[in-house]
Amino acid sequence: MKTLLRAEAITKRFGPTLALDALDLAIAEGEFFALLGGSGSGKSTLLRIIAGFETPDSGRLLLDGTEIAATPPWARPINMMFQSYALFPHLSVADNVAYGLRRAGVKRAEAATRVAAALAMVHLDGFGTRRPHQLSGGQRQRVALARSLVMRPRLLLLDEPLGALDAGLRERTGFELRALQRETGAAFVMVTHDQEEALALADRVAVLEGGRIAQLGPPRAIYERPATRFVARFLGAANVLEGRAAAEGFDSAEAGVTFAGAIAPDTVAVALRPERIRVVPSAEGPNTAHGVVEDAAFRGDDTLLLVRLPGGAVLRVAHAEEDGAPPARGDAVTLTWDADDVVALAS
Amino acid sequence: MSSGRFVTAVLTAGFAFLWLPILLLVIYAFSADRIPFQWGGFSLRWFAALAENERIVEAAFLSLRIAAGAATLAVLLGGAAGWALARYGRFRGRALFGALIGAPLVLPEVVTGLSLLLLFVALEVTTGWPDGRGAFTVLLAHATLGAAFVAVVVQARLAETDRSLEEAAMDLGATPATAFRTITLPLIAPALAAGWLLAFTLSLDDVVIASFVSGPAGTTLPMAVFAMLRRGLTPEVNALGAVIVLAVGAMLALATVLMRARR
Repeated sequence: MKTLLRAEAITKRFGPTLALDALDLAIAEGEFFALLGGSGSGKSTLLRIIAGFETPDSGRLLLDGTEIAATPPWARPINMMFQSYALFPHLSVADNVAYGLRRAGVKRAEAATRVAAALAMVHLDGFGTRRPHQLSGGQRQRVALARSLVMRPRLLLLDEPLGALDAGLRERTGFELRALQRETGAAFVMVTHDQEEALALADRVAVLEGGRIAQLGPPRAIYERPATRFVARFLGAANVLEGRAAAEGFDSAEAGVTFAGAIAPDTVAVALRPERIRVVPSAEGPNTAHGVVEDAAFRGDDTLLLVRLPGGAVLRVAHAEEDGAPPARGDAVTLTWDADDVVALAS
Repeated sequence: MSSGRFVTAVLTAGFAFLWLPILLLVIYAFSADRIPFQWGGFSLRWFAALAENERIVEAAFLSLRIAAGAATLAVLLGGAAGWALARYGRFRGRALFGALIGAPLVLPEVVTGLSLLLLFVALEVTTGWPDGRGAFTVLLAHATLGAAFVAVVVQARLAETDRSLEEAAMDLGATPATAFRTITLPLIAPALAAGWLLAFTLSLDDVVIASFVSGPAGTTLPMAVFAMLRRGLTPEVNALGAVIVLAVGAMLALATVLMRARR
């Protein structure tokens, strides 16, 4: 796929803080990309640099191969949906959506047609005369989307697009975002701290840590095969156990368990997803563990068990409902998992 | 006694304390008697006398002109100061700047007036400007006082305005100047208007600062009233007071309405 936006060695400092550390990134045309990270990971700074509100200290930013780092935000063919939505409170919904068209000198009649089409696209037909304060949170979010999309950007930036919505509205809005992205063919770049949101919406996810990309790839690959301890912990709360590579696999002293699988010599830890661990009547050897259930929490389709291992570490185990009644607090249990599910982490 | 009655009683007492003297002044303004605090039947003669008193009428128009000029200058200076305080983050010297802007709010007017007089005199001695003191120096002094109020009002308004609104405008193709004109200015317009009215009222009221920095051709209305008092009290002063109470009241009401205007 053709590259739309390329960031090369982007560095940005705020005083003594290094927000972005020689970051490289390529966004393809028409893809849905997620920048995932905690606060201070640099994800918002990167978004603001792409939008033009911050200037990188060094590095290059190329749109279609043309350097744009020095282009002011009002001259970039990139639009942004703000976390607060930033709707103009003194303008009607239609005037909000028409604001960018008016700045671009689009004729009044054409602007009206495009505004109506944009509002229809986000299912807000007939809301044009309302003021932003007369709308619900979900409606405001859609006005903000329409206001950006009416400009027909090649690249749309979304700052925590679902962050301000109620839990019930998020799922539906997420599907609508994906549909809009397919419909318009624009590349969407979303910033979020919510791993579920990133995995559900994006074609590719970049996990940011300390101003660098810790891992980049399709959601499933990142989820199944985290590359570092940070990514493993950040996505889906995997068990991460420290130790060292040994002859027959990977010895973790804190677990008191030997892990077998594709273990490279430089492995410093292994990740193991809670839902990949099974409770069995008995088992011995590598990839098995004996422990005591410290606590259990029913979660609907499974029960989360906290199992204390001989080495002292606590393993999170998701016990599926179809596997029968879960063990109770205080029970001694034997656990096992497949060698394929052991993910070796090099850092 | 129920709490509702108690509240009503306290409220009545409070309003009486505040408004009774002013109400009395307005009532006596319509009295026909020559003695300002003696009722002699209803009459508008003192209003007529007031209208014919050239010195007072002239001073009133001068005061209005000074107030309008000072308020306009105060909105420009105070608006810019409020903008800087609200939008430029923690720039070097921000605390000092904020304190200096707000100083006229807390300094006794005597101090403000005296310091401005010293400044004008020193300027005249060293640069030849201003050439003597008069209406213009009063205008400058009142603008200084008014700017402090405007800065506070504008800063408060900007502080509650989402900064990303300006960024969103720029993101949609507006240059900073266009973003200011189409987004920021409409949003802070009520604060600017309220600030203008506050500064206008302050200028109209002030006698202390004006007394310091005025000259022969700069007798404002309050100064003229004081001069009248020295020659002996006539009900003309009552009539003038009534007019001023009405004008200032209307002005403050308008300022309040504007400050409460919906965003």
